[in-house]
Amino acid sequence: MLKKLIVGVLGAALVTGASYETAKAEDTLYVPSLSYRTGPFAGAGVQIANGFADYFAMLNARDGGIGGAKIIMEECETAYNAQKGVECYEATKGKGALVYNPYSTGITLQLIPKAPVDEIPILSMGYGLSAAAKGETFPWTFTYPASYWSQMSSILKYIDANGGVKGKKIGFIYLDVGYGKEPIPLLEALGPKMGFEVAYFPVGVKEMQAQSAQWLNVRKERPDWMVMWGFGAMNASAIKEAAKIRYPMDKFIGNWWAAADVDLRPVGESGKGYIGANFSGIGTDFPAVQDMIKHVVDAGNSKADPADVGGVLYNRGMFNAVIVAEAIAAAQNATGKKSITGADMRVGLETFDLSAARLGELGLAGFTAPIKGDCADHEGAGSVFMQQWNGSSWDQISDPIAPMTDEVGPLLTDAAAQYVSDKPEWKTQSCN
Amino acid sequence: MTDFLYSIFVGPFADMIALPDFLMQVLWEGFVAGVLYALIALGFVLIFKASGVFNFAQGIMVVFSGLTLVGLYELGVPAFMALIITLGVMYVLAFSVERFVLRKLVNQPDIILFMATIGLTNILIGLGQWIFGGETKTMITEQLWLPTGSSVWEPNGGLVIFQHIDIAATVIAVLMIVGLGFFFSYTKVGRALRAVADDHQASLSVGISLNQIWVIVWFAAGIVALVTGIMWGARSDVSFSLQIIALKALPVLVLGGFTSIPGAIVGGLIIGIGEKIFEIYWGPLFGSGVEGWFAYVIALIFLLFRPQGLFGDKIIERV
Repeated sequence: MLKKLIVGVLGAALVTGASYETAKAEDTLYVPSLSYRTGPFAGAGVQIANGFADYFAMLNARDGGIGGAKIIMEECETAYNAQKGVECYEATKGKGALVYNPYSTGITLQLIPKAPVDEIPILSMGYGLSAAAKGETFPWTFTYPASYWSQMSSILKYIDANGGVKGKKIGFIYLDVGYGKEPIPLLEALGPKMGFEVAYFPVGVKEMQAQSAQWLNVRKERPDWMVMWGFGAMNASAIKEAAKIRYPMDKFIGNWWAAADVDLRPVGESGKGYIGANFSGIGTDFPAVQDMIKHVVDAGNSKADPADVGGVLYNRGMFNAVIVAEAIAAAQNATGKKSITGADMRVGLETFDLSAARLGELGLAGFTAPIKGDCADHEGAGSVFMQQWNGSSWDQISDPIAPMTDEVGPLLTDAAAQYVSDKPEWKTQSCN
Repeated sequence: MTDFLYSIFVGPFADMIALPDFLMQVLWEGFVAGVLYALIALGFVLIFKASGVFNFAQGIMVVFSGLTLVGLYELGVPAFMALIITLGVMYVLAFSVERFVLRKLVNQPDIILFMATIGLTNILIGLGQWIFGGETKTMITEQLWLPTGSSVWEPNGGLVIFQHIDIAATVIAVLMIVGLGFFFSYTKVGRALRAVADDHQASLSVGISLNQIWVIVWFAAGIVALVTGIMWGARSDVSFSLQIIALKALPVLVLGGFTSIPGAIVGGLIIGIGEKIFEIYWGPLFGSGVEGWFAYVIALIFLLFRPQGLFGDKIIERV
């Protein structure tokens, strides 16, 4: 029995090894996915990972990959833990990784110094270190379509357009980790300039589902608007607590990590009126999403629950994959190679053009504001729009709101200079 | 300097007097939090009393029982049937822990047993995520005839809001504590359990089955975990991050004593109310977010005067 088992295992190992060699011999594109299907934030992580995986699976099934090269997407479980994220990075970088999408600001901050050394770019899509938007200082990190600071400035513009921000008190409730604290420097810089006051309500990871103290403080402070940088189980708890103290929901705005279906489904009717920022389309009406359903979901090759396809986070995972795919195509065009390297991918991320016309060709017309890769601007100054919870689903309630680039840009430049000030070996680039 | 002293010694009290309805709301929220902390602490105390094990898995037992209940309901099992099956699952868990973990570790140092419960925590996390997935689930409340909605009291034009689920949690916690008190005081098994808690060897010498007692006590802790999971889940859904809330029970245990059921209750209330009062009225001096550590400050202050905790057993060992 034991002999049979050993022979079987060895046989399987040989077959796997042979097929891996065959795959390597073909033109392939290796894209690791640092996912979190377990841990306290799995509710969001599962949907993002599914959208990301299904788009590449659809490209393989429908188009045979990108530019004739198959995409090999491999997931590595981080449980949203920075240490595990780094372990995943170290375990996969030697396999020809083209780009890392950490899906965690904590992991992103750990990987930023590694990227130029290993020459593998990081795409922290709409999250991570805001200062990384400055491409000349951070040649290997990208935050398309908008950094956290730009997103916050769009939210402030929305507030300004709905009753004015001057003289108002804005309550900022945030997960008390690197991600949640990221926009605080911007609020502190813009508050005195724009004439608003900020009251801060940090929520520790231990208090994510026990927020009554924070919301008693909200009741005490009486802010005119509440803005939330929350994640995972924190979001539904915050909205429930807001409803409990009768805070007006239409004055409560969550950022794009706090405005998904999974956040609002447990809240239901009591969250009616809650507003969320978003930068990617919702629903299954887009032809690209239909292709994913046809080639991947209906074919039984998706891990997603069919009911979740088209949801906020599933579509956002897909959007992340779209940017990666477009950058790969741009890199292939620039180099003339089917199989590219991380360094080629960096060039692709600075040269892709996701114009309105291209979005239409991809079957994503109106899905998001156009983004163009750029050497100096690694965030694309993308717009966010506002969506509102109607008790059972989201309705888009605003046009895309461009960030306050004039205000945010100089602050990002200062922050980028500050980041590298104590790193004499840091490699920058010139985009002139 | 004057402003600073004012903000510590005068300002908070002036705020309390100026807005008495808000103070009442703070006290109520602290009371409810205290009751829920006490429930979690109760699970720890039960197991520690009977086996001397600090059960690190108590937090994940809360999540696991809650997820089992909701998961069964989502599969189409009627709510009360799901509740009974979940109790069965918690019994199987208690039996398995005794049979496959504790029995093999009899006479091992306490730290080994503690490490075993850390292992059990990770097994339950993995098992739970494998069976139920990682997504947040909504607790079934109306299906279990638990009240929803709120009542408002407006004293002198003020506003105090009482969530019905919080009132229900308080009533159920009181009933459970009374029930456990009756069980320990007036039943044969309860008395055997107290004997085991006092002295393992003496209990064995009079024919008490240690193995049976451990199954019973782990099952009792499982029931407490299920009730906690239902109540906390009704307030803020069931997710794996709920297990972290178990850490909130640590200062309660330090304060109340690891072996005292009244200690868990009184400790829970002192911590719950104390941390809310401090967070709301003195928290702004520290930039808010102080309740996480202030609970330990309260516990440590009490420990200066009663090292065994408020109600813990004073251990005197002759050498």
